[in-house]
Amino acid sequence: METVIELKGVVAVLGTFPALAGVSLSVQRGEILLLQGPNGAGKTSLLRVCAGLVPIERGTGSILGIDLATNRQDIRTRVGLLGHTNGLYLDLTVEQNIQFWASTVGASQEEVANAMSTMRVDGRLAKVKAGQLSAGQRRRTALASLIVRRAEIWLLDEPHAGLDAAGRDELDALLRNAVAAGATVVLASHESERAAGLATRTVTVDGGGAS
Amino acid sequence: MSTFTQRRRVALAVARKDLTIEWNSRILVNQVAPFAAIIMVLFAFALDNDGILQRVAPGLVWLATLFSMLVVIQRTFAVESADGALDALRVAGVDPSAIFIGKSVALMVQLFALELLLVGTAVVLYGVEMSLLGFAEAIVTLLTATVGLACVGTLYGGLAAGARGRETLLPLLLLPVVAPVLIGATRATEAAFGSGGAQVSEGWPWILLLAVFAVIFAVVGAVAFGPLVDE
Repeated sequence: METVIELKGVVAVLGTFPALAGVSLSVQRGEILLLQGPNGAGKTSLLRVCAGLVPIERGTGSILGIDLATNRQDIRTRVGLLGHTNGLYLDLTVEQNIQFWASTVGASQEEVANAMSTMRVDGRLAKVKAGQLSAGQRRRTALASLIVRRAEIWLLDEPHAGLDAAGRDELDALLRNAVAAGATVVLASHESERAAGLATRTVTVDGGGAS
Repeated sequence: MSTFTQRRRVALAVARKDLTIEWNSRILVNQVAPFAAIIMVLFAFALDNDGILQRVAPGLVWLATLFSMLVVIQRTFAVESADGALDALRVAGVDPSAIFIGKSVALMVQLFALELLLVGTAVVLYGVEMSLLGFAEAIVTLLTATVGLACVGTLYGGLAAGARGRETLLPLLLLPVVAPVLIGATRATEAAFGSGGAQVSEGWPWILLLAVFAVIFAVVGAVAFGPLVDE
């Protein structure tokens, strides 16, 4: 198995606050890793470090074999982070949103069609403006954008938030499909019971450390 | 693929996206353009003298442009922050200079359309007349000033986008910086309109000033946009 995330004793600081205090973590390609822990435990910070957004102060780390200390910009182009917002343009239709993300990386029309079909935002939904979608439909559109961006690692922060029971089940199924297609998923959730059924492995984050 | 090709592709995608958003929402056509026209009409009511209006028409056109531009810039960054899209672009490692170029180009197109409307309004409402050479100079003035305004507007729009109280912060930051454009564009337009007996030839040095301003802010914007948005 290929290791896609490798952190060793990583310390990260937000302002003066130590967000991560010596985290070591290894994630293999094709895993669905659940980061669980209470609010403020450091789950989001860990995701942002893996996305190359937060610099590491101490320790070593690599994402997809790229050094976190020296080449965070390259990491950003190969991973996808979906936080509490979806990063959509509300005045664009679903299709226009996905086309836009596809054009930033030069993805083909076939890739766009496949992503929309995989996330079930094709057909009638494709012509609806993102501002008129339900929370679940927006989430699916954002995930389709991650697919056309060819993100190899999906970092999802509370992906089930705002979804009803049917939407959550649907999201779980879509994530399993994405992993089957070659993606690796790391998701943070404080609803551990819910997400544990989806994950292939669980790591507890608390006080800026992981175990 | 070369960095230049990649940057051009992203810049085009961003510009097309911004113009599609305008096409879908029609904010420029339905709200900003009427707002700009109302400003021109209010100026006419306030001054209420054909001679004075013809004399000051160039300044009024550019003041109305600046006020309307503030609305357009607020709008262009509001769509980026409504669902965290600008943050998503940054997180995705999209080249910030390409985002800057793309957003500037889209803003140029919108501003140029707005300026044409304002010049047309000045001709109709204020009775401004232009020679053929004056008309050509007016077009060059609009184009050059538009590039400068769009670049500086995108830069400061991005800076204010993440700040608290951005609606009031943007005019405070932007208006002093664009004072040279207001002066240069007004003088060049006076020459184009022949206001106060000005000759067409008197406008070209001012257009040169506008070009220098545009180049400076295009370069500064492309370099500084990334760090500013990252902050």
